[in-house]
Amino acid sequence: MNSRITIWADFLANPAALALWALTAAFIGYVFFAGGYLVTVLQFALIYTVLVTGLNVFMGFTGQVSFGHNAFAAIGGYSSAVLTATYGWEPLPAGLVGLCGSLAVAFLIGYPVLRLRGHYLAMATLAVGLIVYEIAVQWDAVTHGYMGISGIAPIGIGPWSVTSDRGVLAVLLVVSAFALLSAAGIRRSRIGRAFLAAAGSEDAARALGIDVARYKLLAFMISAAYASIAGSLFVHAVGFVSPEVFGLAMVVLAFTMLYVGGLGTVAGPAFGAIIISMLPESFRAFKDYQDLAYGAALIAILMYAPRGLASLPELWSKFRRRAA
Amino acid sequence: MSVDATNARILSVEGLSARYGHVEALRQVNLHVGRGELVAVLGPNGAGKSTLMKAIMGLVPTQGRVTFRGADVPRRDPAAAAALGIVLVPEGRGVFAPMTVAENLELGAYLISDKRELARRHERVLTLFPRLKERLAQTAGSLSGGEQQMLAVGRALMSEPKILLLDEPSLGLAPRVVDEILQKLGDLNRAGLSIILVEQKAPLVLKLAHRAYLLSLGAIAAEVDPATIKSHDELAHYYLG
Repeated sequence: MNSRITIWADFLANPAALALWALTAAFIGYVFFAGGYLVTVLQFALIYTVLVTGLNVFMGFTGQVSFGHNAFAAIGGYSSAVLTATYGWEPLPAGLVGLCGSLAVAFLIGYPVLRLRGHYLAMATLAVGLIVYEIAVQWDAVTHGYMGISGIAPIGIGPWSVTSDRGVLAVLLVVSAFALLSAAGIRRSRIGRAFLAAAGSEDAARALGIDVARYKLLAFMISAAYASIAGSLFVHAVGFVSPEVFGLAMVVLAFTMLYVGGLGTVAGPAFGAIIISMLPESFRAFKDYQDLAYGAALIAILMYAPRGLASLPELWSKFRRRAA
Repeated sequence: MSVDATNARILSVEGLSARYGHVEALRQVNLHVGRGELVAVLGPNGAGKSTLMKAIMGLVPTQGRVTFRGADVPRRDPAAAAALGIVLVPEGRGVFAPMTVAENLELGAYLISDKRELARRHERVLTLFPRLKERLAQTAGSLSGGEQQMLAVGRALMSEPKILLLDEPSLGLAPRVVDEILQKLGDLNRAGLSIILVEQKAPLVLKLAHRAYLLSLGAIAAEVDPATIKSHDELAHYYLG
């Protein structure tokens, strides 16, 4: 259990790290210039990067479990969808309303629920996700139920709006890069150290005077904010929203990305989101066996890099040390 | 009891009880620590030593009273106890493995935000434990057991506590390393720090301690003067009754 967090700092000194980043950059560059269907896949991966980065703050840094972050993505997404499509708002204020709503809900839910630990906390957050999903289905007058809301305005500010696929991709690249950098900032801050202390040993942290309950709540709200922003980005990028978008499948996907990328690492969410989005596409040639190949690839990754792709540089330096 | 003697007490524990479900882990414990005193709490496995430390800190629900420098220590609020100057180095050290040594130390002074003051304390701890200085950028998880114990003590000292509670610092360490750590604790005590030292290995701490309490089945069985304990047999007599 050593340096899983310092991976970021060691990146530049490590050939495996350089390779990982170079490949990612090359892939993004290729998609950007080649265009086509892959642009949509990468957009999706970048939106998930934001969501998974948030989940990572709560699960990776603070050591808690949430199966309910789809709830916050739904609150953000539906706020953006309803306010822009039905009421003609600008995307930015609409997204901010969703963000404030998510923070308020995270506070109201987190305050009682974060007293629970482990499995109980996981179950409680799962319930939250299911409740928000049901509301999205049942509140017909606002959400249009299963029919969903279409004709959602593209991302933009005032008279400028981004309509081309490449333009949206560029915006999402900036936003997801900002998400990663802000997570790195949180990790290095005083608050981030308190999160990691709570994850390490609640008793030890409390004995040092750290108010663990407060920091768990703060981590939950911060991660809800990322999820809310991801939800808003999603509906603007796709132009349509329905309850299924924010269903349990979203939770499963986000978990897979987080674990494959590297729980608790700063860059892991980006690697995980991109790989997990690309894997099914890469196995298209397998036709009927596509899911089988996808599953096998996941198992292979988690067998050889059990702490995720972001831990590869660390594995590499261990391998080097053993060889030397 | 004279007024002076009361003032000299930095910590008093009166009628402290704690239970886990139906099991009484602490029963009506009374003890006190004088200013600048090093008090040992000895006892066999399961006597309630760790529970006592957690109870003083407010980490477990308790009945009874703990006063520190004349003020009541709030129950179930370890952050408030830490702010008063009571700091616990938990059993098994509790260092934060994925964080660097420097970050661990910084967490020890979590209630301090003044950067200059932080730097001063950092320097002070590193002077006491020069070994940590070479390891500042390393993760705590990559340190040896002895170094981790030094880090745990150093981290606790970062808050400049008025009393240090140590729960089995010798656990799982080589004898030579234990000697080194106990020697540091003796130095700190001579410099004026009050200490409660919990140990299973009694002979190690009896040389350092001013007084010792023997804890058995959750209750104080005896208070002893370490100087009068001449042999293992005598101590065994206390343990076994």
